[in-house]
Amino acid sequence: MSDTKKYTTRPLSPHLQVYRPQMTSVLSIMHRAAGYALALGTIMVVWMLVAAASGPEAYGAFQDFVGTALGKFMIFGWSVALFYHMSNGVRHMLWDMGYLFKIESAYKAGYLVLAMTAILTALVWWAACPGGY
Amino acid sequence: MKLKWKDDGTLKTPLARARGLGASHHGVSHWWHQRMTAVANLPLMIWLVWAVVHMQGWTYIEFTAWLAVPVNAILMILSVISVFYHAALGTQVIVEDYFHIEWMKIAKLIGIKLFFIAAGVACVFSILKIAFTG
Repeated sequence: MSDTKKYTTRPLSPHLQVYRPQMTSVLSIMHRAAGYALALGTIMVVWMLVAAASGPEAYGAFQDFVGTALGKFMIFGWSVALFYHMSNGVRHMLWDMGYLFKIESAYKAGYLVLAMTAILTALVWWAACPGGY
Repeated sequence: MKLKWKDDGTLKTPLARARGLGASHHGVSHWWHQRMTAVANLPLMIWLVWAVVHMQGWTYIEFTAWLAVPVNAILMILSVISVFYHAALGTQVIVEDYFHIEWMKIAKLIGIKLFFIAAGVACVFSILKIAFTG
């Protein structure tokens, strides 16, 4: 068995690349990607709270980072990820309760999720801007 | 049909019941905890986003004074516990789905659990310190 490869090279069943991306599958992958991004974002929450407990200098360093272009970009990205994961999470809850199983309803709810993500993101950043409301 | 075992309303055979809660031995608890924390996260994250929007331009004094208010400290602790638990459950599934080399998978699963426990303790301690000492 010396020439046995560790990983078999036999053909696999039809895989990701043979399928045309569909709205339902793309939104599902996005839900996982957004959730993963948000899980990484917990590091920022830990930094914020531990810095605040450590004192003004440590908190100042956190604020300085948040104020940079990279910091703002990261916060913006997390806000989009949060609103998407939150809206699509409600869609998942409705599936768990037995609704939206018709293809048409799943698609409609999917478009609603995308619209909600855009609206909530726009609303929050408008409110957060100085003199926004 | 007359059953040879007590009908408990499930479709499980006695063997399946004797073997317990499926291959993972914890039944649907992972799935259920994911949903419970999701339900909790919804109002908590709406509150947190609303709070963060108001934090624009806050100083250290203003931020810690806000966090020291009991309702804010309590909601922040609840948010941290619920979100971190939800994140630990979610990232666990990602690792289980994509990593098939056993030792690497187990190392990642342990790493995720330890990270979120450490992160949660750090956050809760920090919130309590600010809340109790101002």
